[in-house]
Amino acid sequence: MSRLYREEEVREIDSEKGSWQEQMKKQLAVRPPRKDEFTTVSGRQIRELYTPADTKDFDYRARLGFPGRYPYTRGVQTSMYRGKLWTMRMFAGLGSAEDTNKRFRYLVSQGQTGLSTAFDMPTLMGYDTEDPMSRGECGRCGVAIDTLKDMEILFSGLPVDRLTTSMTINPPAPVLWAMYIAMAEKRGIPRAKLGGTIQNDMLKEFIAQKTFMCPPEPSMRLIVDTIEFGTREVPRWNTISISGYHIREAGATAVQELAFTLADGIAYVEAVLERGLKIDEFAPRLSFFFNSHIDFFEEIAKFRAARRMWANIMKKRFKAKSERSLWLRFHTQTAGCSLTAQQPFNNVVRTTVEALSAVLGGTQSLHTNSFDEVLAIPTEEAATIALRTQQILAEETGVASTIDPLGGSYFVETLTDEIEKAAYDYIDKIDDMGGMLKAIEKNYPQMEIADAAYKFQRAIDRQQKVMVGVNKYATEEEIPVDIYRADEALEERQIARTNQVKNSRNEKEVKNALERLGEACSGNENVMPYLIEAASAYATLQEMCDVFRKVFGIYRDPGTF
Amino acid sequence: MARKIRILVAKAGLDGHDRGARIIARAYRDAGFEVIYTGLHQTPEQVVSAAIQEDVDMIGLSSLAGAHLYLFGKVMDLLKAEGADDIIVTGGGIIPEEDIEKLKAMGVREIFLPGTSLEVIVDWVHQNVKPR
Repeated sequence: MSRLYREEEVREIDSEKGSWQEQMKKQLAVRPPRKDEFTTVSGRQIRELYTPADTKDFDYRARLGFPGRYPYTRGVQTSMYRGKLWTMRMFAGLGSAEDTNKRFRYLVSQGQTGLSTAFDMPTLMGYDTEDPMSRGECGRCGVAIDTLKDMEILFSGLPVDRLTTSMTINPPAPVLWAMYIAMAEKRGIPRAKLGGTIQNDMLKEFIAQKTFMCPPEPSMRLIVDTIEFGTREVPRWNTISISGYHIREAGATAVQELAFTLADGIAYVEAVLERGLKIDEFAPRLSFFFNSHIDFFEEIAKFRAARRMWANIMKKRFKAKSERSLWLRFHTQTAGCSLTAQQPFNNVVRTTVEALSAVLGGTQSLHTNSFDEVLAIPTEEAATIALRTQQILAEETGVASTIDPLGGSYFVETLTDEIEKAAYDYIDKIDDMGGMLKAIEKNYPQMEIADAAYKFQRAIDRQQKVMVGVNKYATEEEIPVDIYRADEALEERQIARTNQVKNSRNEKEVKNALERLGEACSGNENVMPYLIEAASAYATLQEMCDVFRKVFGIYRDPGTF
Repeated sequence: MARKIRILVAKAGLDGHDRGARIIARAYRDAGFEVIYTGLHQTPEQVVSAAIQEDVDMIGLSSLAGAHLYLFGKVMDLLKAEGADDIIVTGGGIIPEEDIEKLKAMGVREIFLPGTSLEVIVDWVHQNVKPR
């Protein structure tokens, strides 16, 4: 044991704390506390002061250790930001493939170090632009991709052998990944050289983000296919980004976000092990994605707890041996749901604080929201301010100079321990239910989140929680903000382009490829090679997804509230 | 005893953002209204047919992915075509100021933007919706 303080000293501090508390109570009798209770945005009680007595049994080496060493509380890399800053990865996607390509090139020219793609709703749900379900949605909240042709335009002129690309795509993740591989190989870049991430996390879709296609079981099978294929053929690719972000945006607390995300991770690991892969073959490529919400210290504690928990789960539960298998590497996005449509310029400040939490929490990459993201797709100006926010934090403020600067803080360590314990309680409960798939079938995480979201909204309405400009300091007059307007004619242009692709492709080749894909789906062959073949033949996104729907069935939202 | 106000909370289109819709559904239920929630990924046709079948007094539409002009417009057209345009329609979500006038011109009675308190929304229903 390497306790931080001698026992005798802690006793003295504790006793002095007692006398200080008496004094404080007297003062508060004269001037009552500002609020009835001091809680985090997640409702966690915060005490007025933390001292060494709160961390008296703290075992430094067991609980913290060193960066790059078990249990990785202080960071997964040994030199952290001293060696390499986090990747500044701005999520972008709008309108046509040309429009998004232009935004990508702009962001790269402004010093962005990785690409991150937002798709429109039809693409996210596996529909082509011309499908009746897609009407009115083309290019609205991301880029529309129907065929390989769109993918080629999206990445044209961008060095995909050197830049890593993240794609926020879930039900059709294997299809979009196949298109990306096909695009790169047509340019002569072998798949083994490609680096990037597909989100590909369906469990959190059923729990929170709600883009779905097939039922949970076959969805898991497709994910295992991608992990297996990536392990063998695309070794630099992160085949899954196990995501808490959307769980939090749906209204979860910090603890729920952490617990459900790690429980999802456990479910994926178990499914891949069942396929026959060895833990250390695939675990190093699992990546994570968290939300950075407005409660500064709670978020930092959450990130630190997350690393320690995953390392522990991988080592003790799954007997991983490779150091890399124990690393919880994560991307962070600042909290969209903390932003306000009212007085939108205030959002720059919120995002800055949230980005700082992510950096102090040791993130590997970061997206900072634009202040206008609550109104529409960000304009170029707004996206630039958001990127500059990261650059200022990285290069002006000095916060990246030392590793885990809040390590050892009585408050942050206590909070880290508390969050860890509460998250393990949730994981135990989910284990008792038979794992995350079973818990989702019981609607358990969905309803836990709905309860938390409703409670938070009531707290806002009662002014127990403050949102500046919304329920406090509201103003009648709003400063007008220029927002991005979608191109009304895009839908027809996109449909025309896809029709042109369909007219010029080899129909027989497409038909055969789709048939073989169907056979792979019905059997137990890995679908990825067949998807790459179909994508290369310019089969459309929906043609491939319709094969999934036909073989695996369609999942419908239970509509509970 | 007077019949309770019946409300259909609906998500049309592919947008999966249901945090707001589900919170509103709960708030309406807590306020004593009868609430039916469609669940996600409904076509405008499905929304209108559910509204008629369930004999609701009001439809609350939610949109956060930018397709509100098309989807809300389609719902309004279909209600007219079915002779059910006495059902009051409201909308909520991420909707630019300049689209509010357009939606109201289509017949959407009120738009609730982010930051509106549940109390304000429930009060609005009490004042503007009567059991048909």
